[in-house]
Amino acid sequence: MNREKVKSPVLRMVGITKRFPGVVANDFINLELYPGEVLALLGENGAGKSTLMNVLAGLYDPDEGEIFIQGKRVEIRNPQDSMHHGVGMIHQEFALVGNMTVAENIILGLRDIPFIPSMTEVKEKIKELSKRYNLKVNPDTFIQNMSVGEQQRVEILKLVYRGAHVLILDEPTAVLTPEEARDLNRIIITMLNEGKSAIFITHKMDEVIQFSHRVQILRKGKSEAVCNTKDVTQRDLAKLMVGREVLFRIEKKAFHPGSVRVKLEHVSAEDETGRQFLKDISFEIRAGEILGIAGVAGNGQQKLAGVLTGLFPVSSGTIEIDGKDMTNKQPIQMIRTGISYIPADRGTMGIVGDMSVAHNLAMKKYREEPLSKKGILHPAHILSFAKQMISLFNISTPEPSTYVKFLSGGNIQKTILAREIDACRGILVAVYPSRGLDVGATEAVRKQIMEQREKGSAIVLVSEELDELIAVADTIAVMSEGEIMGVVDAQTADIEELGMMMAGVTRRSS
Amino acid sequence: MQLITTLLLVTIRAGTSLLYATLGEVYTERSGILNLGVEGMMMMGALTAFAVVYRTGSLMLGVLAAMLVGGCMALLHAFLSVSMRANQVVSGLSLTLFGTGFASYLGQRLGPAENSFNLTGLTGERFPIIKIPFLGDIPVLSAFLQQDILTYLLYIIVPLAWFYLYRTRDGLSLRSVGENPRTAAAVGINVTKTRYIYTVLGGMLVGLGGAHLTLAYTPGWSENITGGRGWIVIALVIFSGWNPARAVFGAILFGGINAVQYRLQAAGTVIPASFLNMAPYLITVIVLAAMTILSRKKKTSFSSPSALGTSFSIEDK
Amino acid sequence: MRIVLAKRETRSKKISALVPIISFLVSLILGGIVLAFSKANPLNTYIYMFRGAFGSWMAFSETLVKAIPLMLTGLGVSLAFRIRFWNIGAEGQYVWGAIGTAWIMLYWQFLPVQTLLPLGLLVGMTAGAIWAGIPAVMKAVWKVDETLTTLMLNYVAILFAEYLYYGPWRDPKGYGFPGSEPFPREAWLPRFLGRAHWGLFIAIIIAFILFFVLARTKWGLEIQMIGKNPNAARCLGVNIKWGIIFVLLLSGALSGLAGGIEVAAIAHRLQKGIISGYGYTAIIIAWMSQLNPIAALFVAILMAGLLVGGDQLQMMIGLPAAMGLVIQGLLLFPLLAGTIFTEYKIRIKKTKEV
Repeated sequence: MNREKVKSPVLRMVGITKRFPGVVANDFINLELYPGEVLALLGENGAGKSTLMNVLAGLYDPDEGEIFIQGKRVEIRNPQDSMHHGVGMIHQEFALVGNMTVAENIILGLRDIPFIPSMTEVKEKIKELSKRYNLKVNPDTFIQNMSVGEQQRVEILKLVYRGAHVLILDEPTAVLTPEEARDLNRIIITMLNEGKSAIFITHKMDEVIQFSHRVQILRKGKSEAVCNTKDVTQRDLAKLMVGREVLFRIEKKAFHPGSVRVKLEHVSAEDETGRQFLKDISFEIRAGEILGIAGVAGNGQQKLAGVLTGLFPVSSGTIEIDGKDMTNKQPIQMIRTGISYIPADRGTMGIVGDMSVAHNLAMKKYREEPLSKKGILHPAHILSFAKQMISLFNISTPEPSTYVKFLSGGNIQKTILAREIDACRGILVAVYPSRGLDVGATEAVRKQIMEQREKGSAIVLVSEELDELIAVADTIAVMSEGEIMGVVDAQTADIEELGMMMAGVTRRSS
Repeated sequence: MQLITTLLLVTIRAGTSLLYATLGEVYTERSGILNLGVEGMMMMGALTAFAVVYRTGSLMLGVLAAMLVGGCMALLHAFLSVSMRANQVVSGLSLTLFGTGFASYLGQRLGPAENSFNLTGLTGERFPIIKIPFLGDIPVLSAFLQQDILTYLLYIIVPLAWFYLYRTRDGLSLRSVGENPRTAAAVGINVTKTRYIYTVLGGMLVGLGGAHLTLAYTPGWSENITGGRGWIVIALVIFSGWNPARAVFGAILFGGINAVQYRLQAAGTVIPASFLNMAPYLITVIVLAAMTILSRKKKTSFSSPSALGTSFSIEDK
Repeated sequence: MRIVLAKRETRSKKISALVPIISFLVSLILGGIVLAFSKANPLNTYIYMFRGAFGSWMAFSETLVKAIPLMLTGLGVSLAFRIRFWNIGAEGQYVWGAIGTAWIMLYWQFLPVQTLLPLGLLVGMTAGAIWAGIPAVMKAVWKVDETLTTLMLNYVAILFAEYLYYGPWRDPKGYGFPGSEPFPREAWLPRFLGRAHWGLFIAIIIAFILFFVLARTKWGLEIQMIGKNPNAARCLGVNIKWGIIFVLLLSGALSGLAGGIEVAAIAHRLQKGIISGYGYTAIIIAWMSQLNPIAALFVAILMAGLLVGGDQLQMMIGLPAAMGLVIQGLLLFPLLAGTIFTEYKIRIKKTKEV
């Protein structure tokens, strides 16, 4: 579609600068948004896209710069100000209260509703808006009973209920299947036809190509370029994003799998409410093989990892490690079998924040010599072990005795990696290991995983990025709603087919 | 029939102070703040009310003073818990330790004459029983209609408290703060202000509950007049599912246990008094365990506000 | 201009050590305000309290008498708090310790008299351990919140003790005094200075053992992990359920030991005075000592000094003994407010000119 540049921009950000201790997150950035278009804001993790949008949404005060909406200069001090000017943002973590209904969530925080609001009126308006934009939202449903895609639509409805005409969406398709992403696009297009505009924050180039009219690339806090989407290729975008030629395929040695190390047969698991989150899972992993687990987050991948590490019980089926039955064993027993685990939730499951880096590094091996003897710890050995790990894995920390919670996200992940890889005796379970890390740290993570593969470890790699899986894994299993929809060979994988499996549409028997 | 009426009457009398305090703590906890200082606040409220009434003769002043004291103590807890991010359990416990100690101290110091300092054993004004004419003679119903004004006020306050929480815009905001403060802050609700307001408000109601003990129920002051009621209140908040309407049942239940205990002791049963006195505490433990086990499956309407006891700050992003 | 709290880069050890000391001073100041309102001279009052607690060997021995059970209950509560298990039941565990010890002393006299004391203390510890174990199991297995359960059990324990010394265990030669018969003389825990007794050395030794175990053993590391991040601890193979139960059994045993020692050395019978409030003071000790066992010893002496000094006030200048309790209660507020400064610092932010 052709956007005439003669139309004046609905939004202009001029010279926005935002500094944090030690880093300039936004360095004199200009941005323009025209009515009826989707602007993609592209950049790696840490490029400054979220910061820029948080300034627009009123969450941060810019150190310098101005914002113009409909040509008028505005001051945005908080999200309510920005909403007042018609700008609304949907974050990656939705701002919804689980045990309240859609209607209650929609009116939550509104100042101009009466003290005793008329819920009938509210629900009518919700139904009308839902129909207009095909959002398929029922005002009486409880948020906690809705899928992630539905919740996202509630967030959109919240914005239009409040009269937004600029919608900012932060990584909106991260939690959607390809089909749901296309639905979202249709909804946005309906809004564009009314003259509304949208900004998508993303780091996925294929999204940019699919869904946007223009794209603005940020790199290290500066605006690198602004292009019409139809004028650029993915390669061009990648180069602008990273600043150098990016290799799309990683150096990978040939696939020489050894004996079967991990075997799951007909594993099913339920949670406390009786809901099945794993249904009849079966697969094998051989030594020197990386099994990638693909799928939209929340379809059972983390539970699968939990089952392999002894954190979740299975209700039926068997898990065999090296031929031994290890179904429903305690975490300590799985650890003794030599399984290493890199959890998705680093802060909650991977480290003890209020303890030193040295102690955290020792948390896999403290039960044995030389770190302890007959139950008594040996502080000198713990310290030297820590120093070894810190230098080997390039962990940046003021002291080994610093509490690990004071480290940056990347260094926290390196600490976990160091501990788990060092203690790994042939089986590694890694869940979203490069999530939230910059390119350098991501490369380091992938390098470690590949090294383990060369050493002959059997590896489970759960990832949201199909690109990563295709590049790194040997086989890919796609999960949807707790089931494995199919297992494919990574080399011959077809993204379309993977997408269909992720959406639960097709299956492939292996 | 007469027995039922009498039991009900005593139950309601006994339950009034419990219910005021429970309502207060429900509101506090709905904002996400756990205030374990209820026992200390009730004690101070009881003492303050009696001391002020003894000195001034005004019941109204006594009640207001009790509410003021309760509110101030709660304000301290709010300051420590919200602004100073202190551990809420320890902060509340400190309030109780201080409140009970201080009440004991003052109880011995605030008496009339220069020689005998004690407040214990003195008599002062009390809230009279106001019997509703005509209706007040019908059996069973009369139990509800032969109470003092503080109890009568509850008949209005409880439905209002329920309505405010579940049907108004501000009640919705309050519930969201206790449930998901991050979301509440995102939609423009001032989480800090909300927590301060409802913690102090809760404290005022708790103080009022204490006042009822010395101005109507017992009446008069004695050491340890609350006798652990403050802790029962904490339990009642849980049993009521943080719902002002359901709080009534808990208050009646424990008020009833109180009433029955005295009856049985007076009647002289085989069970020693000590074991009878254990009843409320054991029942609390058992009901608490049962509720926890049963609601493990899913978030039910009896579940606690998800953010209860946690601290929240805007930078936590 | 706005006052804002900004996160520090690392935890400040300096502030960490200063906070308890400053808190004590602040609480003295606040207590002084209370005294001023009571028309008592704060400085004089504090001097009287100090003399009453530490002014002479006799005074000091009385302070030690109170300090010993406080040390043990403080250690027990600190241990539970380390895994963030809010054990408010130390009072009840203490009472059960007394009951258990009394039981041996009164009803097992067919045994050689030298065995009564060690056996009695052992049984007291076991009783205290079980009393703490019940809410621990409920928490570990069913996730029942421990704050209320431990507290409710206090009242049950106290009432049960009351039943015993008013009822079946009452001394028939006691002239109606609510208490049991006295324990055999040879089974008493010996004293060394006034009423101060050997329990002091038991407490000190236990404190040092605990310190070593917590800092230098595998189990101590796991305790820290459970307390600071149970999820991660579980991922790393630590058995949370058993960890909770075991820690609480130990916690209850320590409070039980305190109760047992108290009746074996001071009261020599199970009587009304056993309900002391030590279990609640223990919470203050735990928090103020920042869960450090050695520090707990000193804080316990300080708390005991406040209590004994308070008693003296009653006798010497007619102020209610509860003054000691008031100061104790005031201690925690500045402590709670001050702790935040170990991880945050004050920043003054200028609001932007519009």
